[in-house]
Amino acid sequence: MGKIKLTSVDFAGTKEQEAELRKMLKELKGTDGALMPALQKAQGIYGYLPIEVQKIVSEELGVPLEKIFGVVTFYTQFLLNPNGKYDISVCLGTACYVKGAGDVIEKIQNRLDISPGDCTSDLKFSLNATRCIGCCGLAPVMTINGEVFGKVKADEVDAILDKFKD
Amino acid sequence: MKKINLKINGLSVTVPEGTTILEAANTAGIKIPTLCYLKDINKIGACRVCVVEVKGARNLVASCVYPVSEGMEVITNSPKVLDSRKKTVELLLSNHNQDCLSCVRNGSCELNKLSYELGCKSDSYEGVKTESKVDNSSLSIVRDNSKCILCRRCVAACQAYQSVSVIGANSKGFDTHIACAFEQPLGEVSCVNCGQCINVCPTGALREKDEIDDVLEALNNPDKYVVVGTAPSIRVALGEEFGYPIGKNVEGKMVAALRKLGFKNVFDVDFAADLTIMEEGYEFIDRVKNGGKLPMMTSCSPAWIKFMEHNYPELLGHLSTAKSPQQMFGACCKTYFAEKMGIDPKKMFVVSIMPCTAKKYEKDRPYQSAAGVKDIDAVLTTRELARLIKRCGIMFNNLKDEQFDAPLGIGSGAGLIFGATGGVMEAALRTVASVLTGSDLNNIDFNEVRGNSSVKEAVYDIAGMKVKVAVVSSLSAARDMMEKVKNGKADYHFIEVMSCPGGCVNGGGQPILDAHTRNTVDYKKLRASAIYKTDKAMKLRMSHHNPAVREIYESYFEKPNSHKAHEALHTKYVKRNSFN
Repeated sequence: MGKIKLTSVDFAGTKEQEAELRKMLKELKGTDGALMPALQKAQGIYGYLPIEVQKIVSEELGVPLEKIFGVVTFYTQFLLNPNGKYDISVCLGTACYVKGAGDVIEKIQNRLDISPGDCTSDLKFSLNATRCIGCCGLAPVMTINGEVFGKVKADEVDAILDKFKD
Repeated sequence: MKKINLKINGLSVTVPEGTTILEAANTAGIKIPTLCYLKDINKIGACRVCVVEVKGARNLVASCVYPVSEGMEVITNSPKVLDSRKKTVELLLSNHNQDCLSCVRNGSCELNKLSYELGCKSDSYEGVKTESKVDNSSLSIVRDNSKCILCRRCVAACQAYQSVSVIGANSKGFDTHIACAFEQPLGEVSCVNCGQCINVCPTGALREKDEIDDVLEALNNPDKYVVVGTAPSIRVALGEEFGYPIGKNVEGKMVAALRKLGFKNVFDVDFAADLTIMEEGYEFIDRVKNGGKLPMMTSCSPAWIKFMEHNYPELLGHLSTAKSPQQMFGACCKTYFAEKMGIDPKKMFVVSIMPCTAKKYEKDRPYQSAAGVKDIDAVLTTRELARLIKRCGIMFNNLKDEQFDAPLGIGSGAGLIFGATGGVMEAALRTVASVLTGSDLNNIDFNEVRGNSSVKEAVYDIAGMKVKVAVVSSLSAARDMMEKVKNGKADYHFIEVMSCPGGCVNGGGQPILDAHTRNTVDYKKLRASAIYKTDKAMKLRMSHHNPAVREIYESYFEKPNSHKAHEALHTKYVKRNSFN
C-alpha cells in the first residue's frame, strides 16, 4: 500500500519475453477473470509490470490500460518496480524501529541513492521497507536475498553492502 | 412480470420484481438522496448516502442496489437513517478541500446541497487529507482531486457512454484517487475531451478549462474586433442556468445578452452548419458518384475525430474532410467577413459558444487556420457563457429578444437541428435529396433518424438510388459501429456520429443537471424537442436555400468543394495510437 511509485529503470525486455507474454495472453483471452492470472504470469516473465508490459496486456486482452493499472496498484503482489539482483528488505516493525532501523534504512538510501520501493538504475540493488518479520530479538533486522543480518548498526551498512559487489 | 408489494414510509407500493428500493421510492414520489448512483451506468452502492432501514434487516441497506421483496417494510427517513447519512457526508467533508466560496460548482454542487439538507457540520471530523494536485494538462478538462469524493461517476461515464476508459481508481485505501494509467496527465492520454465526466461529477473535482478571462480581456482590448457565434444547441439549454425549464428556447435573450457583453457582431454557428452541409453534402455526392470511400462519416464532433485517430486510424479515410461548423465559422469570419469589412484577420478575435469541451481542444488542432491565424480564438461552454453573463451583471431574464447579425447570423432549420443526434444526417438528406433530384422534397422531415436511441438506421430512395444511412450517438455505440465497418459488415453510405449520448444537447459543456434530474427526467428529449419545434416553425429549413450561404459561394468560395473552399473549409487528420 502507499503512494504509487513509478520505476525509473529503463525497460530491458527481450523479444523472447514478449513472445512468451503474447502467447500466454492469447491463450487467456476470452476467459472470465483473465486479468489477474494474466498479470501474475506477466510478472513471472518480467519480474515486474512496467508500462511496456501493461500495454501489451491491454492490447492482447482488450482491457483498457487504466483498468489494468488500477488492478496493479490495488494489489501489493504486483510490482511496478523491478527487484534488483540483490533485494534488500529493512524491517521497520516497532521493535526494529525503536532499535534504530530508521537510521539503517536512511544510510542505505543515501548510499544507493534510492528510496524504499525503488531499484538502482544498474538493477543491482532494490530496497524495501517491511513490517515485522518476526525476529524481534535480532532487531534491527535487514535481509538481502533472504540472508538475515541482525542487530545492524547504521555504520555497519557499508561493510554489509560491500559483500554484494558482483 | 411478477409484481411485488411493499411499504415505504407506510405507503403501499407495487412494483415489478427486480426493482430496487430506490427505484420503487422514486415511483412512489419519495426521494432518497444519492451520490454515487447514476441510472444505467453506476450502481455500485459505494457512497452509503442512499441507505434506508428495512424491517428485519440487521443493518441499513444501500437502496440503490437492494432489490425489493414481497411484504418488505422500508423507512427512508428514520432518525437512524438520517444520522447515518449525516455522518457519511461529514466523513466525506473531512477529506474534501471545502473551497466552496470560489468553486465553479457553487450552486450546483450535490455534496454541498446534501450537506445542507442533512444538517452536516463541515468540521465534525478533522484529520489528514489525501494529497493531490490539480491536473491542468488537458486543453478541455481540469481535474482537482481535492474535491473528489470517489463516487466513480466520471469513471462510469468514460467507460459506459464512451468506451474511452482513460480514468479509473488507482492505488487503494486512503490513497485511492481517480487518475489515468501510470499517473499520466489527462492531456497526454487518449482522452477525447468530451466532458461527459464533468457533467456527471457531483462536485467541483472536474470542470472545463475556463476561458472567460481571455474573452473579457479581448472585449476590453480596443485593438481587437471581437465577434461571437453560438452553436445550435446553446439556445435550448442556456435558459436552465437562469431558472427556465429544461427545453426552453432562449435564442432572443441569448443574442441580446451577447450584444450587451460588447461583441461587435453576434453570429449564429447555424450558418456554418448550413455551410458544412454544402461541403459535406457535395463531398458525399462526389464519393457516391465517383467511387470514393464509403460509408462516409461526419466530422462535426471533435471528440469523435480524436477517438477515430486513436482507435481506428486505418478508417480515417472514411471521415469527411469538412471542418466542423465551429471551425468553418471561424474560417468564414477571418477570411470572407474580414475581407468584406476590411479588417485584418490578425486583429479579429472570434469566440464560439459551444455545448462542448472538446471544441476547446479542436480550436488548437493543426490545419485549422484558414487566414493564417487560428480560426477560433476562444471557446466558451454554455456554462461559461452563463457565468460571464452573470459576472457582467446582465439581467438575462429581463432582456428583450434580439436577432442575430447578418450575414453570418443567418441560419436555417437544417443548421439548427445539428444540435440533436440525427440532425446532421437529416440536414444533409434535405439538401442532398434536393440536389440529386433537382427539386425540393415535399416532406423534409426525416423522422427515422430522430430520437435518442444510440443507433438509428434508415434507407431512403433518393433519385432512384437506395441510400442507406446510420446515425450513432455515444462513442461506445460508435465503437460497435466501427467494428462492423472494419469487418465489412456495415453497408451504409453515410454515417453520422455524435460523441455525446443524444448529441450536442447533451454535450459536455451544457448546464449541469443533478443526478436526481438525470435519473428521472428525459432532459435530452426536452432539449431536442425545442430544437425540432423551432425548426418546424421556420420558413428557411434547408441549407442550400440559406441566402447567406448562397451569397458566400457566389462572392467568395465559388461553389461547394472548390479549391478555395477546400483551402478554408476542410482539414486533415492525424494517426495516433490507442494509448496516447
